[in-house]
Amino acid sequence: MRSMSVSHPTTHELLSQKGFRLKEWLIERMLVAAGITSIAIILLIFLFLFKEGVQFFKTASPFDLIGKTVFDPYEERHVFKMMWQAVSVLPKYSLIPLICGSLLVALPATIIAAVFGIGCAIYLSEMASAQLREFLKPTLELLAGIPSVVIGFFMLTLAASFFQGIFHTKFRLNAFVGAVGVAIATFPIIVTLVEDALRAVPRDLRDASYALGATKWQTIWDTVVPTAISGISAAMILGFGRALGETMIVVMATGKAPIVTGNIFSSVRTMTANIAAELGSVAQGSEHYYALFLVGSVLFTMTFVLNLTSEIILTKMRRKLRM
Amino acid sequence: MRTMSVLDMFEFKTDEETGTLPRKEARPKTPLSQIETHEGQPIKIMTRNLSVFYGINQALINVTMDIPQKAVTALIGPSGCGKSTFLRSLNRMNDSILGARTDGKVLIDGINIYAPGINVVALRRLAGMVFQKSNPFPKSIFDNVAYGPRLHGIQNASVLEELVEEALKKAALWEEVKDRLGRSALELSGGQQQRVCIARALAVNPEIVLMDEPASALDPISTAKIEELIHELKKNYTIVIVTHNMQQAARVSDFTGYFYLGSLVEFGTTKKIFTTPDKKETEDYITGRFG
Repeated sequence: MRSMSVSHPTTHELLSQKGFRLKEWLIERMLVAAGITSIAIILLIFLFLFKEGVQFFKTASPFDLIGKTVFDPYEERHVFKMMWQAVSVLPKYSLIPLICGSLLVALPATIIAAVFGIGCAIYLSEMASAQLREFLKPTLELLAGIPSVVIGFFMLTLAASFFQGIFHTKFRLNAFVGAVGVAIATFPIIVTLVEDALRAVPRDLRDASYALGATKWQTIWDTVVPTAISGISAAMILGFGRALGETMIVVMATGKAPIVTGNIFSSVRTMTANIAAELGSVAQGSEHYYALFLVGSVLFTMTFVLNLTSEIILTKMRRKLRM
Repeated sequence: MRTMSVLDMFEFKTDEETGTLPRKEARPKTPLSQIETHEGQPIKIMTRNLSVFYGINQALINVTMDIPQKAVTALIGPSGCGKSTFLRSLNRMNDSILGARTDGKVLIDGINIYAPGINVVALRRLAGMVFQKSNPFPKSIFDNVAYGPRLHGIQNASVLEELVEEALKKAALWEEVKDRLGRSALELSGGQQQRVCIARALAVNPEIVLMDEPASALDPISTAKIEELIHELKKNYTIVIVTHNMQQAARVSDFTGYFYLGSLVEFGTTKKIFTTPDKKETEDYITGRFG
């Protein structure tokens, strides 16, 4: 028999007990703090970049960022030139060659990585057996773990000569070599994101397609890929953002010549390579220093907008699939 | 589009998909019209000792059942009794489940659909399926219904429009959506979505419609509409419906099969199963004493 001496709290006592737990309160606050810190860090970087970048305009005009009319001793007249030539009697800070170089590397890199990445992701998510996928996924993650300097080194020494042999290019180090290197670095990200998007397609939809007499291929092309298309686009946009921000590979493999060109086999200099190459040797507080921060701000804005776009697309897709 | 006959299963190109044609003896020996049940209804689907295994678990044990043509056959039983597995084995949807294995025979119009050389694509055209959770593709209403016909090679826009209209009318949805065929099917209500799925299944002109608890996620009004629709559809289609809801089975079906632990306990006309079942277990389940 249970002892009846234990007094049971009345409903009033029960409900007016203090529900406060210090440990939980602390942990909750710490988590909030961690979240706020990361946002704060991003904001501070943003502010710092822009604060420094804007000071460029103390001494230079915004038009300098496009080009400058300078005397050309060879043609013996004044010409408008879009050049980045920061160390010079008459420094030129045009962002056009740098943006051009960045796009000429990042766009082809994204296309190469997307073609192989989407194919690989479809294979992994739709066709590979469970065992094979268990082997392939970690291998891909290993690829993502290769330091970019190693990829850059590989492109600089081996791949550059290989591609020059195939395409007979004038310059051994060019945008294409850089793009292939960046594609190798971007590929694992695109595969992972696209595979996530494909696997998020509900099984119901595949079943519905099969039940209508679709073959595996028809199901993949007519149902799975169209349903995941926003996820796939988001992956490509994110990949493009990563390709724009990639530094070490382009420093090593693109030749670093700031030229305005559309030729993929020309040497180019990207915004990232430019900052990496010059910021270490520039006088703090000089016009050149501020110009480099401005380049950084432009780069940051571009990748920020790309990431934001991809995040919005993904959120919309999740809502659409009611996940 | 002409109605699909069962012989089309063999006229389809099957080379890359499934290899050779079935042997002669797989073809029906007795013409369809001569096979009849005790109720005078010709038989559409016969299963003979049908067993399904998922890995080492046996989900279905030696089910032998005759499903009559142009009638509604309900499959009832507690969760996990194998009724959905049975339904999915009628158009070989279990094929896509890893580790699933099927023994025994399923004969549609006398042809064993598990015989080597059967074209699964044609089989699924013959036996369409509606799922428990409405699962329209995230496409327009039109594209949802046109999905099947397009898969089977129909490109002509006016033919597709005709097929879509016909299917939506059969699914009693045409009046509600005819002005917004281009809108996403996901904007529709749950009941409407389920009818899009039914229209989608009907658009390929099946002879058999398999329904896996088609109304379990719907409100009573939508459920009533679906049930009305099922009643209408049985004039032209052989319908097999899995349901958890015993009143629903009693309302819509002509024949009922009671499954328990993977076995078919009893099969007969709905009237008989619900009033004077032969087996004690059936009676216990029907009266709610168990399950």
